[in-house]
Amino acid sequence: MSGPTKMSPAMALVVLASGALFGFGLSLSTMVQPEVVLGFLRLQDGGLMLVMGGAVLVTLLAYRLLPRLLKRPLLGDTFHQHPSQWNRDTLQGAALFGIGWGLCGVCPGPAIAALGTGNWDLLWALGGIALGALAQGLRAGRS
Amino acid sequence: MDLSILFPYGWAHYLLGGLFIGTGVALLFLFTGLIGGMSSVFSSTWSYLLRQPYFQQARYTGSRGWRLVYAAGLVVGALVWWLGFADGTPLHTEVPTWALLVGGFLVGYGARLGNGCTSGHGICGLGSLQWPSLLAVLTFMATAFITANLMSFWGLA
Repeated sequence: MSGPTKMSPAMALVVLASGALFGFGLSLSTMVQPEVVLGFLRLQDGGLMLVMGGAVLVTLLAYRLLPRLLKRPLLGDTFHQHPSQWNRDTLQGAALFGIGWGLCGVCPGPAIAALGTGNWDLLWALGGIALGALAQGLRAGRS
Repeated sequence: MDLSILFPYGWAHYLLGGLFIGTGVALLFLFTGLIGGMSSVFSSTWSYLLRQPYFQQARYTGSRGWRLVYAAGLVVGALVWWLGFADGTPLHTEVPTWALLVGGFLVGYGARLGNGCTSGHGICGLGSLQWPSLLAVLTFMATAFITANLMSFWGLA
């Protein structure tokens, strides 16, 4: 899935607003704080399940209902789909992702959102994620 | 059952935050039809700098603009929360620097190899009822659970 290369100002605004709702939700739910995520993984607090559950519920409704109610998105051509596959890469990638997540309690969304909370410690995680994505791309390009 | 055992810090802000996150993903879909996972931006942004064919794939060059704006939105939303709804003192973490850096590296590498993270597989993948995403979520939850508990067992974090 790629999407349009050129963005109209209206589209840029909507994408920014969508990201802002996402970032506000990550902060409000304290998912931008690694300690809370690690507390969930150590079974001290179940909050992350509610965050995931709430987010999946709204997303599920939108992904199911909107393509039935509308011919096309309000500013776009088609409702995209992003089929996921189950193969060795997905298994290994998910396993490595989990090890990293369990080490630091930071995943991609919160690493970015943390910039808006003055949490400069998390720049280490943000840099690590960027380097990891770089290494994965360089390695994938060679094989 | 006593909710305070499951949720010692309360539950409403978790649920409300999750609903906000879902609303962001839903709004993106309503207006643009795009699927709003977060980890792709870390590959697509490299395409501005690197000429390697891997990074010059259409799925990255064609999406890097909106993905970067979406990521900027994350920062704006967090800033609104921080300035308007928190006490405005910078957050910080006790997680050691090495764990943030090494953990981050594995998060970035793994999310891109596995084509998704907590939002891509977790929210968008589960939200479109895709079983490969469910398996991915169960896999990373399991390895994260083991890693986080080993870390505290060994007194490393």
